[in-house]
Amino acid sequence: MTQNSRLYTVFAEALGVQIDQISDELKYNSIPSWDSTAHMVLIAALEDAYDVMLDTDDIIDMSSVVKAKEILAKYDVVV
Amino acid sequence: MDDLLNLPCYDLLQTEKEQKILSVLNDLTRWHYKRCRSYRSILDMYGGLQEYKSLASIPYVAVSLFKHFDLLSISQPEIFKVLTSSGTTSQTPSKIYLDRSTATQQSKVLVKILQHYIGKQRLPMMLIDHAEHFTDRSEFSARGAGIQGLSIFGRNHRYVLDKDMNLNTDALIEFCDRYKNEQVLLFGFTFMVWDRLLTELKKRDHRVSLPRGILIHSGGWKKMHDKAVDNTTFKETVRYRLGIERVYNFYGMVEQTGSVFMECKEGFLHAPVYSDIIVRNTVDLRECEYGEEGIIQVLSMLPKSYPGHSLMTEDLGVIIGADNCKCGRKGKYFLVNGRLPSAEARGCSDTFKGAI
Repeated sequence: MTQNSRLYTVFAEALGVQIDQISDELKYNSIPSWDSTAHMVLIAALEDAYDVMLDTDDIIDMSSVVKAKEILAKYDVVV
Repeated sequence: MDDLLNLPCYDLLQTEKEQKILSVLNDLTRWHYKRCRSYRSILDMYGGLQEYKSLASIPYVAVSLFKHFDLLSISQPEIFKVLTSSGTTSQTPSKIYLDRSTATQQSKVLVKILQHYIGKQRLPMMLIDHAEHFTDRSEFSARGAGIQGLSIFGRNHRYVLDKDMNLNTDALIEFCDRYKNEQVLLFGFTFMVWDRLLTELKKRDHRVSLPRGILIHSGGWKKMHDKAVDNTTFKETVRYRLGIERVYNFYGMVEQTGSVFMECKEGFLHAPVYSDIIVRNTVDLRECEYGEEGIIQVLSMLPKSYPGHSLMTEDLGVIIGADNCKCGRKGKYFLVNGRLPSAEARGCSDTFKGAI
């Protein structure tokens, strides 16, 4: 499994959608399944999967899948 | 506007702040005049749109208008979320229509304000509420929206009330045991914290200890005043029953979600750079002097999808002063003294009918 597909899997499971719906371009609030409620589930899932502690700025900044990669990179996570 | 959102929350002197936000509020007034027919009709009745020269001259609408009319400045397909006020069955709830960008701005601003008080980190979090507010995700109650806004600051969220609003003692004790030496965050609506948590602990003659806890609460004091509980008594009881010293109330409403007025350690509510407050005489609606009680008008830069940037509330309050609170924050600071006598109970905690 490539790193990208691992991240996509975390996203798909947290948002409750098929993995083929996930792409780097997918944006927060652009689909009903990625709303503010799902966002908190997603944050917890990312923290579990990559063993990081995200702060409140990270949560607000995580506006797309590609942005999630950037934020995780700050914590030395390679995705 | 975006520049303003990046300013520190409490650094501008009142005169500097007024200069900056006046143009934003003029823009918003024009925007809503163009896009919302009902709003335009109201302004036209009072002489039409103008360029307003001071914050006090920006037109305001009564907060109750959102109960009776669908006021929105966006088209149907742009509606992203509808917030409803905490009206009970006998009352008509307000409906606030949000598009994506307004909803996003609200979250960002709430986070900026709260970071100022509690930092950027997220803490283990106890919610003095139940977990069933999110059944329909496109329509949020004010309570649900409040819980969700604050939840960003938490991790391992634990709800300590069941769906009938009874205290889940096991959940409470487990949380307190697990995090007794850690910094934790607690959030609940004022009356529920009082009635469902503090009063229950008293009945059971029980105390817990969260010495590094921070309690944030909001949602109206009317019922607390009915029970003759003031802010000092509330804080003392929190200290005694929960062992928590850091307690912050905030004043906010679903019609202006995000740009809330947080209490400082001196016990005063502060207007951040994104919003402001004016107090008006209850009889002739002229602007009150500092120290003089009147009706609270709230201004916010955030409402773009609905014409809620300047609202007359049904709350009584008094502005203590500007730029000189002992806590060091600039801008106006004030107290909320209660509700207008004729107003209905509508705060998030006031509409909870539980054990009254």
